[in-house]
Amino acid sequence: MKAIGSKDAPTEILLVEDSPGDVRLTQEAFRDANQSIHLHVASDGVEAMAFLRREGVHARAPRPDIILLDLNLPKMDGREVLAHIKGDENLKTIPIVILTTSEAEVDIVKSYQLRANCYLSKPVQLDEFERLVKSINSFWLTDVKLPQQGQNK
Amino acid sequence: MQVIGGSGMPIEVLLVEDSPGDVRLTREAFSEVNSSIHLHVAADGLEAMAFLRREGVHARAPRPSIILLDLNLPKMDGREVLAQIKADSNLKTIPIVILTTSNSQVDVERGYQLQANCYLSKPVQLDAFESLVKSINDFWLTKVKLPSHRQLA
Repeated sequence: MKAIGSKDAPTEILLVEDSPGDVRLTQEAFRDANQSIHLHVASDGVEAMAFLRREGVHARAPRPDIILLDLNLPKMDGREVLAHIKGDENLKTIPIVILTTSEAEVDIVKSYQLRANCYLSKPVQLDEFERLVKSINSFWLTDVKLPQQGQNK
Repeated sequence: MQVIGGSGMPIEVLLVEDSPGDVRLTREAFSEVNSSIHLHVAADGLEAMAFLRREGVHARAPRPSIILLDLNLPKMDGREVLAQIKADSNLKTIPIVILTTSNSQVDVERGYQLQANCYLSKPVQLDAFESLVKSINDFWLTKVKLPSHRQLA
């Protein structure tokens, strides 16, 4: 019996983010905090949906354990990505953390209405941004019980 | 710039929990880290729904900013409470954190299917339980943007 896929299975994260700077900061903060994360990046909403539905070049994409989703994205807006995922029987149990610069109440309420699991606003300060990514790691990837990896394959 | 509803306002938390011991531990852990929490307790599912719908003695109950929900409850099960809240257009934006002794993957999956915002399992060890309550405070009540108190109230 092989031990592959047991306790040390990596945590698959899909980051949907169009800003290369924010992608790099997120990557670095996770790398500091948690070695077993595989961070996948989709830079617009259409690519995020293709990744999740394993279309085209994403045919072998893993099912993410959690999705970090920006709201303002090219091609397909984050709100629409959220609605698509939470309306999809196969994908809706994947927790979605909104991670956006917007602090507008209308965006916060709308996101919870569309069943975002939680809403975080990106701090402008670099060190605060780093701390926020680390707290995503310590809460969602350490404390929380996530839906089982690999279900519904 | 100070936003309305920001620091200074109490945070209303509804804890739905039938174990007096767990209620006390949760209350103590919160009071150590955050003095602006108002912790309301419903000891069964029916009371939780009456509180949220402001029925009977709960006519003046505040709208909670977040709900901590046990799964195994007298009178009305936590799964049923979860389903009712998430099907109610007035209540569904309130984040629900499942906090239960159950570790079973079936309960975890079912929790996310019923739109729980996250699922935590209660540690048996006292100090681990305390640090979990503190991390709920750090993450949900400090980092996360919760939907406003005033919407739809």
